[in-house]
Amino acid sequence: MALVVQRKPLSWLENTYIPQILGGMKITLKHMFAPKVTLEYPEERPVIPENYRGVPTLVKDPNGRVKCVSCQLCEFVCPPKAIRIWPGEIPEEAETAHVEKEPDDFEIDMLRCIYCGLCEEVCPEEAIFLQDTFSVTGYSRDEFKFRKDKLLQLGGTLPDKHYKWDKKKEAALRGNEH
Amino acid sequence: MNDDKKQELITVYVDDREVRVPPGTNMIEAAAKAGIEVPHYCYHPKLSVAGNCRMCMVELGMPEKDRATGKPVLDNEGNQKVMWIPKPAIACATKAMPGIRIKTKSDLARSCQEGVMEFLLVNHPLDCPICDQAGECRLQEFATDYGRGYSRFVEEKNVKPKRTLLGPRVMLDDERCILCSRCVRFCQEIADDDVLGFVDRGSYTTLTCYPGKQLENNYSLNTVDICPVGALTSTDFRFKMRPWFLRETHSICTESSVGVNTVVSSREGKIHRITPRRNDEVNDTWMADSGRELYKQVEAKHRLLKAVVDSFETDNVGGAIREAADLLKGERKIAFVGSGRSSVEEQFLFKKLADQAGARLTALVGRVAEGDGLLISADRNPNVRGALVTGLINELPEAELSDLEDAIDKEEIDTVVAYNEDLSAAGISEQQLAKVTIIYVGTHFNETSARARVVLPASTVFEKNGSFINQQYRLQKFLQAVPGRAEGQDDRRILAGMLAEFGVLVSPEIDDVWAEMSETIETFRDIGFMKIPSTGLLLDPPSHLRDLRYPEGGSLHYEPAKEEASVT
Repeated sequence: MALVVQRKPLSWLENTYIPQILGGMKITLKHMFAPKVTLEYPEERPVIPENYRGVPTLVKDPNGRVKCVSCQLCEFVCPPKAIRIWPGEIPEEAETAHVEKEPDDFEIDMLRCIYCGLCEEVCPEEAIFLQDTFSVTGYSRDEFKFRKDKLLQLGGTLPDKHYKWDKKKEAALRGNEH
Repeated sequence: MNDDKKQELITVYVDDREVRVPPGTNMIEAAAKAGIEVPHYCYHPKLSVAGNCRMCMVELGMPEKDRATGKPVLDNEGNQKVMWIPKPAIACATKAMPGIRIKTKSDLARSCQEGVMEFLLVNHPLDCPICDQAGECRLQEFATDYGRGYSRFVEEKNVKPKRTLLGPRVMLDDERCILCSRCVRFCQEIADDDVLGFVDRGSYTTLTCYPGKQLENNYSLNTVDICPVGALTSTDFRFKMRPWFLRETHSICTESSVGVNTVVSSREGKIHRITPRRNDEVNDTWMADSGRELYKQVEAKHRLLKAVVDSFETDNVGGAIREAADLLKGERKIAFVGSGRSSVEEQFLFKKLADQAGARLTALVGRVAEGDGLLISADRNPNVRGALVTGLINELPEAELSDLEDAIDKEEIDTVVAYNEDLSAAGISEQQLAKVTIIYVGTHFNETSARARVVLPASTVFEKNGSFINQQYRLQKFLQAVPGRAEGQDDRRILAGMLAEFGVLVSPEIDDVWAEMSETIETFRDIGFMKIPSTGLLLDPPSHLRDLRYPEGGSLHYEPAKEEASVT
């Protein structure tokens, strides 16, 4: 059964609209003096929280070593198959030869990436991080294929807790007493 | 299995599960038959038992007998008592005896397995992210089953040589080695090239080559396959691709008439490696190194990818097929040169085409070289017996096509259809080639394709389905591993297309070809492509084929037929 809503007729004061106008003016004046909540983007940039999942990037350790060893686990776990790695061998004369493996090239298709962060979670070397870059623009599809150089440039250097490979090299140089 | 053999089986018990096995069976195998995996590293079904990894420790019990009388001792319920040995024993060195019992999941067995696992991981580098074996590593697998998840080891791990080149194809990382000695035993027992061994003592034990020697025999890559960890890696496959991306396809090696069963691993249409597939009747679990390189022919530079008509490349393969068929029609004197590298199905269709075109001569190019007595036989064609069974040839092929040479010289032949065979390599001179019109169907460019009027691009063994008949007359099938590179044309389609030009309609589908073959060829009666098991099907060839003098000498699981002795 339909319910008929009874509408009260407006009072005399309400008919003048003055209380409503004053109420609106009050809100406007309050916001004129309150602190701003918007940003003058892109000149001003928002503060990105620590655990934000922005563009996936490759990082270097404080000694400048590319941390990725191209184990291809992120390529395997990536749900939209955005990652592609071409593994390569580190030449024997290089300083980091004991690490043996590094990516020849690394590609993330940012048109495919869904920013899920599984690559960061799966990485056994802590080499890939979703950092604070959130705006990805470009003129062609190819520009959205981030290659190794671009990913390293975006990633920069992050502090390292373990220095796993440096410890390994120290142990090898020390050798074990036979 | 017949009744006599059934009588010989004995009953053993694995975790209270009853299994019937032949006496003397290894208890790891008996457990596997019961569906129970006993973890192991050093044990390999095709090598001698070393018993050094201790991973397969189990509890062992024997039915109790009275020592004086030899009568079984019974418990209250009338069952025979079991005497459990108080200390664990290794399953790999225990042979099946009547009534023997093992426990693989008891507290004692479990604590042994976990203890051994922890010791193995003490000095293991745990560099799975860069290790090629990750994903197919027994250490990884059993670490999840029996490992404790964290390490109690606070001391420093051993430092051993890394990146040691043992030979041209094998790289060794000694830190990863768990000293199971499978590779050492393989070199001694199978490859008969005793170059590997352990030096130093205790936790410093290191695998090395003997001074001045290298692991360079043609079976060296089998050590990589049997290495349960990532200590031995193949220099060809090293750091190329992780195994979990690879799609595995069953195939047959085309190196020789042994017909080694293989697994072709590919990703996204690119082949990354070939490894042996176990077949106890043919190659056990081994394969020659040279056969593993054959995948490179798929992407070889001189690969034929497009049809060529009068030395112009064309995308119109159908037109090229018509052109080729037109050359065979009319008053032509044609010779058909088939290949022992083609599959049985292709040879059958090729023979059919030869009959239709009224070929005056059909021949096959023989490839005989010295066999190594193991897995490379003297006959380097994988499928000469297929050509014999399908009737393409009636005698064993010669390396030189002298009949064809004579016929060309006498102008009895003016057109030659060469199927994946280089005529100039088979002894036909340039002048002779210049005299005839050549139609070439093949996978790669060569002298013959350069001189051919029509060239049709064919598929390699990795790009099609088919079957070969090996030296034992075992019919074995191979499956398509990667999509064909050559203009989407399968060999059978080319042959069926040419037959269609002669008004003979045959379906190029492999099941339809087999349906026709099983009808017309007595040896193939009741066989279909889907009916060929993955380990092959032993054929019963007609007696005139059995009596031919095949070039093969003895090899693993094959003895050439003696004179006047029947083939078993």
